[in-house]
Amino acid sequence: MDLQTVSQINGFLAAFVLLTAFGMLAQKRIYSLIHLFAWQGFFLSVNTAIVAYVAGKHHLYISSVMTLSLKVIVLPYILHILVVKLKIRKEAETLVNIPATMLIGIALVIFSYYLTAPVTELSSLITRSTIAVALAVVMIGMLMMITRKHAVTQIIGFLAMENGLFFAATSATYGMPLVVELGVALDVLIAAFIFGIFFFHIHTTFDSLDVEQMTRLKEGD
Amino acid sequence: MEGIVVEILQVTVLIALAPLFAGWVKMVKCRLQGRTSPGLLQPYRDLKKLFSKDIVLAENASWIFRFTPYLVFGTVIIAGAVVPILSTDLPLSLTADVIVLVGLFAIARFFTALAGMDIGTAFGGMGSSREMMVASLAEPAMLMAIFTVSLLCKSTSLTRIAEVISSAGFIAKPSLAFAFLAFVLIAIAENGRIPVDNPATHLELTMLHEAMILEYSGRHLALIEWAGMMKLFLFMAIGSALFFPFGIAATDNIAGIPAALLFLVLKLGAAGVALVLIETGLAKMRLFRLTEFLGGAFLMATLGMLSFFILE
Repeated sequence: MDLQTVSQINGFLAAFVLLTAFGMLAQKRIYSLIHLFAWQGFFLSVNTAIVAYVAGKHHLYISSVMTLSLKVIVLPYILHILVVKLKIRKEAETLVNIPATMLIGIALVIFSYYLTAPVTELSSLITRSTIAVALAVVMIGMLMMITRKHAVTQIIGFLAMENGLFFAATSATYGMPLVVELGVALDVLIAAFIFGIFFFHIHTTFDSLDVEQMTRLKEGD
Repeated sequence: MEGIVVEILQVTVLIALAPLFAGWVKMVKCRLQGRTSPGLLQPYRDLKKLFSKDIVLAENASWIFRFTPYLVFGTVIIAGAVVPILSTDLPLSLTADVIVLVGLFAIARFFTALAGMDIGTAFGGMGSSREMMVASLAEPAMLMAIFTVSLLCKSTSLTRIAEVISSAGFIAKPSLAFAFLAFVLIAIAENGRIPVDNPATHLELTMLHEAMILEYSGRHLALIEWAGMMKLFLFMAIGSALFFPFGIAATDNIAGIPAALLFLVLKLGAAGVALVLIETGLAKMRLFRLTEFLGGAFLMATLGMLSFFILE
């Protein structure tokens, strides 16, 4: 593989990651959301493997495999079990309607492009052009956490943000040191378990995972 | 001089082959759904029947109503003279680029919507309002998709775009892929196919395009239907010029035109099958879900344009 092809493949995978991020932003059904999240992890993992090959960084292979196992298999599986156990059938509600959310998403992509333009100019890596996409994925994940009312979709938004950060690390510096990545992966895994436990508690207390219900927690009135 | 011959040939091909393509789509669709198809030449027979019938005109029909079928037919023919269907050697392509092309379709739609309201029936007005809603969402998306390709080729002229892309060989770029996806969604919406509109519906309440032309009869209806078939044909040709311009004869290459015709038939055949697969696989959407469908098209086109700047 010559560099031209690699940067093309890298660009395509970045585009797919961005597309799945927007797909998650637009998707209302919770099962499709989980599938999209798994796809995003898959594209990330392939991208990481390719970057590892080009840059000759062997520890990136490990993080690629870790991404594949954790974000494509384990986390979607945990989320799936959660959704089944908690019997979440309802379509996730959004605060802002979907076309408007997508327009905000587009604005975020443009914003991240301008924000990362100076970084991109300084960098000499072949993956430098995808830094903007990575930042956009982080922002879109955050937007998803803001606009969704349902706790599970908010978690998916959080995990998508983490995907974006991982992508940013791969494209900006060919990945973080292995220790850091292992730590982050462990963190995410533990977080997913804690979320699961919390969800069960929220569900038993409020009989719903709609976070708006939690305004009832206020003291006073 | 050669250019004029090519131009005339191309418009003739458009007028003559458009009903055949419509017949092909109908035939494949029938086969796929396990029905007996009416045959490839049925659209010609339908047109012939309509041309031989008398026109029934409402008493309060104004000149707009009588003028619109000719205008719609005319604009589609002008559009056909600009799109490189067979060859890029088109003298008229200098007069109109892709933005004018979208404008031509908009004129036709504007007058059809006026004609729908002209008679004053409820269905006509309803159809017009729905059609304009779809148009207001589809047109910006269409322009964005085309601009993405224009950015890549540094020109808004369709013939120039076709030349640049076919000379570059195979281009794998995320922006082109996004623009193509957006274009497919828009082509479905603009031509009133499922899931946006059902061209074969007989239920007035679900009609979009059909409701506007409900009052037309005789040769007026024939012209409008024929223009509709040509528009579908043209959208396939635009898609082929923008994204798969292989086989389109270059300037000064008259000898390449028979091969171009062969490629055109092959590409249209494949496009027809793809269209039928989309139409059979999906159900018609609720009208108010269309904003999401066309918003998706706009999103794809915008992502294409952004990925041109970010990734390329």
